[in-house]
Amino acid sequence: MRPFTFTQAQNVDTAVREVSSDGAKFIAGGTNLLDLMKIDVMQPSHLVDITQIALDTIEETEAGGLRLGALVKNADTAYHELVETRYPLLSHAILAGATAQLRNMATDGGNLLQRTRCYYFYDTHTPCNKREPGSGCSAIKGYNRDLAILGTSEHCIATHPSDMCVALAALEATVHVTGKSGERAIPFADFHRLPGDTPHLDSNLQPDEIITSIELPAQGFARNYTYLKLRDRASYAFALVSVAAALELEGNTVKEARIALGGVAHKPWRVPEAEALLQGQTASRENFQKVAEAYLQGAQGFGHNNFKIELAKRAIVRALEKATKMEATA
Amino acid sequence: MKEHYTGTATNRVDGRAKVTGEAKYAAEFEVPDLLYGVVVNSAISKGKITRIDTSAALALPGVHQVFTHENRPGYTWLDSHYQDEDSPPGSPFRPLYNNEIKFSMQPIALVVADTFELARYAALLVHAEYESQPHETDLEANLPKAYKPKKYKSPPPSDPRGDAPGAFAAAEVKLEEAYAHPAHHHNPMEMHASIAIWQESGKLTIYDKIQGVQNSQKYISNAFGVPQEDVQVISPFVGGAFGSGLRPQYQLFLAVLAAKELKRAVKVVLTRQQMFSFGHRPFTIQRLAIGASADGKLESISHNAFAETSRFEDYNEDVVIWPGVLYNCENVEVSHQLVGLDVYTPLDMRAPGGTTGTFALEIAMDEMAYKLNMDPVEFRLKNYTDKDLNKDKPHSSKELKECYRQGAERFGWAKRKMEPRSMKEGHQLIGWGMAHGAWEAQQQEAAAKAVLSPTGKLTVSSATADIGTGTYTVMSQIAAETMGIALEDVTFELGDSTQPKSPLEGGSWTVSSVGSAVKLVCEKLQEQLLKLAQKMENSPFSDAKIEDVSFENGQMFLTQAPATSISLQAILAQDEGQPLEAEASQKPDKKQKNYSSYSHSATFVEVKVDEDLGTVKVTRIVSAVAAGRIINPKTGRSQILGGAVWGIGVALEEHTVLDHTIGRFMTHDLDKYHLPVNADVHETDVIFVEEKDEIVNPLGAKGLGEIGIVSVAPAIANAVFHATGKRIRELPITLDKLM
Amino acid sequence: MHTENSPGTETAVRPLLPETRTVTLRVNGTSHQLQLAPWTSVLDALREHLHLTGTKKGCDHGQCGACTVLLDGKRINSCLTLAVMQENKEITTVEGLAQNGELHPVQQAFIDHDAFQCGYCTPGQICSVIGMVNEGKAKTLDDIKDLMSGNICRCGAYVNIVKVAQEALEKNTGL
Repeated sequence: MRPFTFTQAQNVDTAVREVSSDGAKFIAGGTNLLDLMKIDVMQPSHLVDITQIALDTIEETEAGGLRLGALVKNADTAYHELVETRYPLLSHAILAGATAQLRNMATDGGNLLQRTRCYYFYDTHTPCNKREPGSGCSAIKGYNRDLAILGTSEHCIATHPSDMCVALAALEATVHVTGKSGERAIPFADFHRLPGDTPHLDSNLQPDEIITSIELPAQGFARNYTYLKLRDRASYAFALVSVAAALELEGNTVKEARIALGGVAHKPWRVPEAEALLQGQTASRENFQKVAEAYLQGAQGFGHNNFKIELAKRAIVRALEKATKMEATA
Repeated sequence: MKEHYTGTATNRVDGRAKVTGEAKYAAEFEVPDLLYGVVVNSAISKGKITRIDTSAALALPGVHQVFTHENRPGYTWLDSHYQDEDSPPGSPFRPLYNNEIKFSMQPIALVVADTFELARYAALLVHAEYESQPHETDLEANLPKAYKPKKYKSPPPSDPRGDAPGAFAAAEVKLEEAYAHPAHHHNPMEMHASIAIWQESGKLTIYDKIQGVQNSQKYISNAFGVPQEDVQVISPFVGGAFGSGLRPQYQLFLAVLAAKELKRAVKVVLTRQQMFSFGHRPFTIQRLAIGASADGKLESISHNAFAETSRFEDYNEDVVIWPGVLYNCENVEVSHQLVGLDVYTPLDMRAPGGTTGTFALEIAMDEMAYKLNMDPVEFRLKNYTDKDLNKDKPHSSKELKECYRQGAERFGWAKRKMEPRSMKEGHQLIGWGMAHGAWEAQQQEAAAKAVLSPTGKLTVSSATADIGTGTYTVMSQIAAETMGIALEDVTFELGDSTQPKSPLEGGSWTVSSVGSAVKLVCEKLQEQLLKLAQKMENSPFSDAKIEDVSFENGQMFLTQAPATSISLQAILAQDEGQPLEAEASQKPDKKQKNYSSYSHSATFVEVKVDEDLGTVKVTRIVSAVAAGRIINPKTGRSQILGGAVWGIGVALEEHTVLDHTIGRFMTHDLDKYHLPVNADVHETDVIFVEEKDEIVNPLGAKGLGEIGIVSVAPAIANAVFHATGKRIRELPITLDKLM
Repeated sequence: MHTENSPGTETAVRPLLPETRTVTLRVNGTSHQLQLAPWTSVLDALREHLHLTGTKKGCDHGQCGACTVLLDGKRINSCLTLAVMQENKEITTVEGLAQNGELHPVQQAFIDHDAFQCGYCTPGQICSVIGMVNEGKAKTLDDIKDLMSGNICRCGAYVNIVKVAQEALEKNTGL
């Protein structure tokens, strides 16, 4: 870890001002930032502690949704009564990630800003375009079991590691941010980026911007939902593939379907055209298989991770079956 | 009534220290004026350092020195000066020896500073330039280069018995398959750490994470040319090791180097990532060819192993002894060959060779059972051996059949249908599998010292270790029972190189070796007590021989006339209140030579495998173990439970993955190297099968450190086959292999 | 040729060395004033500055749980938070559990169920069981196993640790 200066901001304005200096970063939960600073993957020269800013409440919005303060802890969000009852998909997704300890530390805003867990990103002795633009991608021809199959580029095949974000993508949340030039709202689908030729940028958040809240729309899909996470051990592991599935059903007919995939791309993966295939259709395994095929259109494996393509298809089918409660044990 | 401490479930005597945080592990001793050392590791896997610039690190106030190959003090040259009790044949690695890089993450510098954080920062500023050379890290690609080492670390593979190729050719039922066991890293929870304290006198006091303090003591003495008596190594608590502490690791060498040069106290703790920069269980490919008659009699077994080793040492382990130990077959040939790669030397890891060899052999035998359409237990019974056919010696005891019987009964094996995919619950395919295993019960020479205070408190010591195995507790039990005093009146001390000589804490031999020495030294004390009692005026013991007296409840008495008794304290009062001391060394008895001694296990497993998603859940494990006398059924059970968890890790999760392009282990932290977590472990049942053995050692105990792991992974793999009909011969069995 | 750590990647504003400041940590009911730089984690402050070595370092990256302590009664990984950020919080470590020499019931249960071997993960496991009881979210056996999965035990004492956790939930033995 390199030396840094440290200040504590009491409000958003101060925070934004202080983070504007070269090499400055916010710190809140710290669970990923300090992890990466210790191995020199991240090298901020100034940290602005934002934990004292009053962004730690969950409130109902006029639109009938919920506003999650950026500094609410992941655990407090997952166990919040309104989240549990109205957005159980989000609750389940959060609890599928990390551990009780980490969820007690990590904040909702920070969860969005997790860096990839790519083996090579984490090892400064290997080339990595995300860590060091232009140095090359070691993963494409190297070990890539955990890495992406969708939306990759020749420069990067990293995945976004969050579970919470997969649910937020399915729920079509909005991210509220404040920067030097004021406030703006970013639809969740536009928050994270694909690697393209700028893999060092994970999201569209500007360096001087702070996430203030995450807004959930009214529709919570509390009746028919599933978060299915597949990983290499039963807990405390990142997803190989995860599926957030949410359905609005009328009898056995799908009124609306939302599907987001985790562990497969640089951002939570959604294909609205594929979701639309279910609209007005019967909730059946056959129809779910069609959606799954459509979802994985264009997927490309890199050797060790080829299995994810078929796994993701099967996971989508299973998740939709569970969401419709065709599957007894949800 | 004599208290039978041995054989009784007993809480750990060091339990309180461990649950309060008072137990001190190597990095935790409070030392004044301590400096912190942080290691810098090589970025490349083979080549030379062409330039190493430490100026930026040294420029930081508070950085005392950066040691590299360029400024390190002169070393002694001989290989023998760097060899330790667990060295394989070859030329041991010497940290900072020269500019040559032999493996990825090789230590290339040690930064020493006032604080840990400063040393960690300064380590980032050490700038190294390299000239890379082509490396080879791929075992499979280099199989044609396999060789038989000139010298084997463990006994060389047995000579062929009978004519395996001929018998195989003629066999009615045949199996020929290859099995791959990946590299694993030990990953004890405590990272390797050493504190070296230089004293004005030139003496060194060292706190080290090690499975044998005298091994570190001798190593440091030889490597640095310091007389052994000037090196004291202390290690009262070890936060797990599983073999990683059998050899002194490089943090010890570097801490001592810095302490000597700077004439200070220096602490070096490896990072979790650096825990992947030294020994590991080697990637091993095994080819098995098995022939049997149609009625299930084994006709031939060929078992050939190919394992990685480093370029500088020939590591091997007992991968191919298991056919001769476990199966009655007249035609057997085995071999163990090595492939030299640009990696660090592999290192014994829990049941070295046993875990690897049993995995392949026991899956292959399950495959044979299916070819023969025989129940896997019945097949094993049909080919049961009372003899160790490698050595052509009878077993000193072998209750494996009882392990099958009791294990199968507890598990409900009789209800099993042979056919794969025959049980299902929703999407979950249910499978039942079994395997058996063995581990050698060895006794090494060991010594112990006992001091009985005038107040009747007994302190026994030996330079062994407790890596979680329960050494403190079982030695206290053995001493209390032998002396006939209360357990609370016994203190067992270990982990100090000044204590009586002990072998490395490994190989499941500590109870057998050190326990036997503890028993002997207590018996010596008893002889002295009798002599002292005989000096008393009108002593009722004057004509008694040691065979005539017994010790119970803090008293010595005539066995035939228990009323004639005297308290130990009263005897000691004779000697003007001097404590009584004895020291004894116990060697294996000659009669052991005519026998072979192994502990045995039979493991039965239930798995649930998702038919679409390939996820595996081990829902039930029953392990039946015959290991002679169980000194402490409580801590012993914990060892077998732990072995079962290891088996889950081996079967389903653990894998240190090498990227051959860069020659580097890439799963080098606990996020990417998966150890089993709480949610992976379900119903686990341990049965200790009664087994009497008067030959194996004076205690009749065979040791429990490794037997708990060996048969678990193959039993899981066999259960997965039973569930899915898919035979996975390459570990770990991850979901992608079952989709 | 491969080079690394090239000088020149430093930003202009990075200090040569971080300045220390007085940090007040409340640990086990006692306030300690420490002179710390901001780069010191709570874990290193406990172990290296306060010599409270009961809290263990098993990975330093939040990947093992050995460093688990209670922060205002809830479990956290002390390796992943800075000491300067935890002033005015109540930190409870394994050293703060026994009262007047009497073990906390969870500590005693660890001994009675032999829920450890080497003991290195044990302080973290104990704090984690107590935190789990305090947090009040574990209802079923599967909940316990999942909510205790943030504490890796390489010796594999999970079966016994779960027994301790079940007992602690039944008896409600939190802080």
